[in-house]
Amino acid sequence: MARKPIQFRLNGKDEAVFVEEGQNLLDALRRQVGDTSPKYGCGQGTCGACTVLVDGEPRLSCLMLAESAEGASIETTAGLAGAELHPLQRAFLDGFAAQCGYCTSGMLMSAKALLDRNPSPTREQVVDAISGNICRCTGYEPIIDAILDAAARGAGRRSA
Amino acid sequence: MARDTGIGARVKRVEDQRFITGKGRYTADLNRPGQAHAAFVRSPHAHAKVGSIDKASAMEVPGVLAVFTGEDLAADEVGALPCGWAITSKDGSPMVAPGHPCLAQGKVRYVGDPVAVVIGETLSAARGGAEALEVEYEELPAVVDLDAAQSSDAPLVHDEAARNTAFEWELGDKAATEEAFAKARHVTRIDLVNNRLVPNAMEPRAAVGEYDSGTDGFTLYTTSQNPHVARLVMSAFLNIAPEHKLRVIAPDVGGGFGSKIYVYPEETVCVWASSKVDRPVKWTCDRAEAFLSDAHGRDHLTHAELALDEQGKILGLRIKTKANVGGYLNLFASSVPTYLYATLLSGQYDIPAIYAEVDAVYTNTTPVDAYRGAGRPEATFVVERLIEVAARETGMDPAEFRRRNFVTSFPHQTPVIMMYDAGDYAASLDKALELIDYSGFAQRKSQAAREGKLRGIGFSTYIEACGIAPSQAVGSLGAGVGLWESAEVRVNPVGTVEVLTGSHSHGQGHETTFAQLVADRLGIPMTNVAIVHGDTDKVQFGMGTYGSRSGAVGMSAISVALDRVVAKAKKVAAHLLEASEGDIEFKDGQFTVSGTDRSIDWTSVALNAYTAHGFPSADLEPGLKEGAFYDPTNFTFPAGCHICELEIDADTGHTRIVNWVAVDDFGEIINPMIVEGQVHGGIAQGVGQALLEHTVYDESGQLVSGSFMDYTMPRADDLPSFSLDFTVTRCPSNPLGIKGCGEAGAIAAPAAVINAITDAVGHEDVAMPATAEAVWQAIRKSPAREAAE
Repeated sequence: MARKPIQFRLNGKDEAVFVEEGQNLLDALRRQVGDTSPKYGCGQGTCGACTVLVDGEPRLSCLMLAESAEGASIETTAGLAGAELHPLQRAFLDGFAAQCGYCTSGMLMSAKALLDRNPSPTREQVVDAISGNICRCTGYEPIIDAILDAAARGAGRRSA
Repeated sequence: MARDTGIGARVKRVEDQRFITGKGRYTADLNRPGQAHAAFVRSPHAHAKVGSIDKASAMEVPGVLAVFTGEDLAADEVGALPCGWAITSKDGSPMVAPGHPCLAQGKVRYVGDPVAVVIGETLSAARGGAEALEVEYEELPAVVDLDAAQSSDAPLVHDEAARNTAFEWELGDKAATEEAFAKARHVTRIDLVNNRLVPNAMEPRAAVGEYDSGTDGFTLYTTSQNPHVARLVMSAFLNIAPEHKLRVIAPDVGGGFGSKIYVYPEETVCVWASSKVDRPVKWTCDRAEAFLSDAHGRDHLTHAELALDEQGKILGLRIKTKANVGGYLNLFASSVPTYLYATLLSGQYDIPAIYAEVDAVYTNTTPVDAYRGAGRPEATFVVERLIEVAARETGMDPAEFRRRNFVTSFPHQTPVIMMYDAGDYAASLDKALELIDYSGFAQRKSQAAREGKLRGIGFSTYIEACGIAPSQAVGSLGAGVGLWESAEVRVNPVGTVEVLTGSHSHGQGHETTFAQLVADRLGIPMTNVAIVHGDTDKVQFGMGTYGSRSGAVGMSAISVALDRVVAKAKKVAAHLLEASEGDIEFKDGQFTVSGTDRSIDWTSVALNAYTAHGFPSADLEPGLKEGAFYDPTNFTFPAGCHICELEIDADTGHTRIVNWVAVDDFGEIINPMIVEGQVHGGIAQGVGQALLEHTVYDESGQLVSGSFMDYTMPRADDLPSFSLDFTVTRCPSNPLGIKGCGEAGAIAAPAAVINAITDAVGHEDVAMPATAEAVWQAIRKSPAREAAE
């Protein structure tokens, strides 16, 4: 199968990998780069577990061709914490917003995309921002509360 | 020291550090050197004979290493997946339960039934090979509709199972129940559909099988709720490898809800195939495969009747249920519509006579097994719908009607096996009524009507049997296993502690709650405690996590092991303090000679247990490590009251839950934060069943609702806020007083929702899922319609 070299920035670091024709970005991140923080949940763009930020926009990496990430700047949950946890991570930890943890990476990235463009969202806007992310464990309320908590802690202003 | 982390504290979870940083390690995240990939060829037909399979057609695809079929498994004497719980029909005959071949042996019985596996250098090679594999099928007529499956002209799923019936089982006293109905003043009759659900844990199943020819041993990394049971079944029934040559590791698991209890064909084939190709074999399930191949849940048709006297006291209850088991009777599937279902038909009520008949019926659909609650949600739906309808028919307030019939003294022997040990059902009802402001409901309803909304309120005073289960009891009921749990507490020389448990955590937070218990008992920081689970090479044996058993049974085992560790540590302390063992007191991490100021701390005792200098060898062994196998003396009986208040838009049929009150009695609570999370998640799944989730097959047995685009999962904008509270009656059947909390929400919620919707629309003809369209249709035949307009 034809393989193609691509370069992109992942969490601020340059990456260069060979990807297969038709390979999606989720698979390339997990397999070629070894960043397993984005998860496969459905492969059809319907569950949000694979959400990453591409040039600041939330993208379903299972639906995005890896080669279209050429030159892009990609952010995943693995790069979210600096020396300290990102306020969203802190709020998820304090607010018990993860149970099995599988949807958590996608939730965090969808939430980050929201707070980056809207540092003080309403509850309704938070619900709207994560309505593409399925969580089977929590019933969502702790996740919504955690994102609002992170906003109150200035998560959006920090990363904007 | 232990105060902030002790029993009852809202301790933040230990495991979340890795989940929020993307460092969780799930099976699909693992890769083994030199691994090959597996792709399964699945039946496109609901029912067919499998003819010739042309392996060459797949082998021609570049990168394909091997193709295996049922014949290859048979040649290696790999067995079929068994059903592990024997049920006897009412005529005394054993259940008819042919095993499920891991790869088809001549016949396929549901769409998705595995036919062959293709092993490839890469996943795309394996999948390319699977697509290319030519399989001849001779299609057979399929039976899909549960109600029609037992008719004499229905096609047979298994030739051995006449009328597609696996068993016809009964429980209770038929004659006494008939007598109760004969003298009834009023009889309430309802027919219910308990809709089939797809569990849909967010992490699809995955497996890596690895054979080591150097040791002739196998390792399986897999998405399992009970790795030891997987090893036992693969060893004892499937002939994959003897137990001591098979290591099963279930690392982080992304949700289970029952669907990861069973041993499945794919995981089994990966282990077996790894020795055939002498390379690790990895399989990751895609979501479409998960819809077809993960065990489904529920799927009952029930006719139920309740007999009342003139004072509104319940005289008797009888039901007839048809339970769809799909194409095969899965590992624990036979217990779900029987001993996990009909034994709970007494609900929270004092019912003198109960009689239940359950037929387990094969259809050409995906096998059905336990899904969150497993039998108990089905029982609660029957009982709580009956109770609500009976109250309405007799003009009684539904809360008052319940109160009049509650069990009030304990222990209480029901007519259906269970002996309720403790509870206070009126207390949870009262608290819930207060929290939801029940007395203000009528006013809220008329206010809503003025705005064109139909407002309804629905109760669910549920009970469940958890803490599964006393080995003697389940053994006498047909279980092929005992349901105790094991624990081992290993104290290191520096005083840190590793606890090995046979429970498995896949979202429940055991690494936190179990560590809370240990830290509390030993008076050491929680950070000095590690909980080890999910690896058969580390933990000797365990029965895993399901049935809300990890707290009541798993932690009880740890508790007993801790008692033994402390007893041993006291001996060491007595030696070091030159005192008599009986004079040593242990509190907050200090061993003290009673009535003196002579003491020694935990760390010193641990270290001295391993240096062992001067130990009198005959009486005191070196080391500090103890284990326990804890077998519960009874089931536990969590119970509570959920009340759902909702509003329906009369124009669209859209239902909005406006208030949800849950008052649960789970006995003692270790970490309220985690318990609340379990209740939230359970209600979410129950509301999903009641309003959204529907598994639909067409007449030919194709799964129509086979993706998240067709099967409606609850999303963030579908669920309300929940108002949770607790009452506590301590469970007398285990040392910690815990009843369990994992399934309550899913058990209670569907009846509460449907009771509220039927209250709003003014009649009982509303089935699950009550989608906007279904509710809109229901409103069209509603006497309340005009009131809203």
